Amino acid sequence: MAADREISEQTTWMLAIRDRRDKQAFARLFDHYAPRLKGFVIRSGLDAAQAEEVVQDVMLTIWRKAEQFDPERAQVSGWIYQITRNRQIDVVRRVARAVPEELKHEDDHEPDPGQVLALEEETGKLKQALKRLKPEQRTMIEKAYLGDLTHQEIQAQTGLPLGTIKSRIRLGLDRLRHELKELREP
Amino acid sequence: MKTITHHIPDPMLAAYAAGTLPHAFEVVVATHVSMCDTCRVSLEAHQAVGGAILENADAADLPEGMKSDVMALLDQPIDDPQPAPKRAGIYPGPVMHALRNRAPRWKSLGFGVRQSILSDGPEGSLRLLHIPPGRAVPDHGHNGMELTLVLQGSFHDETGTFGVGDLEIADEELEHTPIAGEGDPCICLAATDAPLRFRTFVPRVLQPLFRI
Repeated sequence: MAADREISEQTTWMLAIRDRRDKQAFARLFDHYAPRLKGFVIRSGLDAAQAEEVVQDVMLTIWRKAEQFDPERAQVSGWIYQITRNRQIDVVRRVARAVPEELKHEDDHEPDPGQVLALEEETGKLKQALKRLKPEQRTMIEKAYLGDLTHQEIQAQTGLPLGTIKSRIRLGLDRLRHELKELREP
Repeated sequence: MKTITHHIPDPMLAAYAAGTLPHAFEVVVATHVSMCDTCRVSLEAHQAVGGAILENADAADLPEGMKSDVMALLDQPIDDPQPAPKRAGIYPGPVMHALRNRAPRWKSLGFGVRQSILSDGPEGSLRLLHIPPGRAVPDHGHNGMELTLVLQGSFHDETGTFGVGDLEIADEELEHTPIAGEGDPCICLAATDAPLRFRTFVPRVLQPLFRI
């Protein structure tokens, strides 16, 4: 079990990028995510050329906004997912996406390895749960998060295990609520 | 700070994460999340689901040279075209962004009720409402869905009481009369995905004029 309790390489790369501006780590992150990103973006409706533009923008944003990555609150994949959706929407809609205020840790904040691992564990379970879904349910979930379903369509999919899927990850994140509160209070 | 009791339902948060909400609703969700840690945590959970789907996505071939192009751009200086929105007074960052960092331009609707329209179009409307204590927002039904988020004070209607940070979601069926609570005037952010139709306040023929 000891081997399972190590921080994932994705998180390790991302922290090296954030804390040491490590280009080698960025190159490895690129090799891992850029091809997946292109596949993901094409599935949500862009053509290959547009998709490549989005991938390039997203990879550069990862490098430039690395200081916003917080491994206690988000997995690398979830953080990149949001950057990607924001970028895609800006491309398609030409109206800047409305985003929440950012929370910032103190500069000297060291991530708590226990919290980082706990979150990774929950995300691992989440991935397993997604794999165990019936094919039609999984397709529907993918469509929802790829932006193929409107809010009303998601709402109408009463068989969609949205809450169940999410509550797995929610457990891990809930522990952070107290901390979030402290961050937000001026 | 009072506890927020009326939150964003899951399907709407998922739609926000995926980016499929109309812009006016998107601003309301981003504003509520800026005020509500419970929904921020929920949103981050939805983003994690999106991340898991991204992680499982089939890899597509990249054009030759793309990686070296990106690597070469890393050291280029950039100016951030979209700094994160900042709160000003009672207005959270996303509202200030919608206001283009300016103070609201209030227009009277009579009886002390005021509104400031932030955007209005075929996809819906976004505006701020200012309602003096004890005063009613005119009785109105909806053509579509209406989101109302309290930024200051409170209001109550047939469905309950809403304080700072609380979000009311009203669908077409709901005929309600929100009344501002005592104390500070109630200031809300209200978004619709269709034009409102007021009942008693302004004759229907005048609605295009007032844009309400």
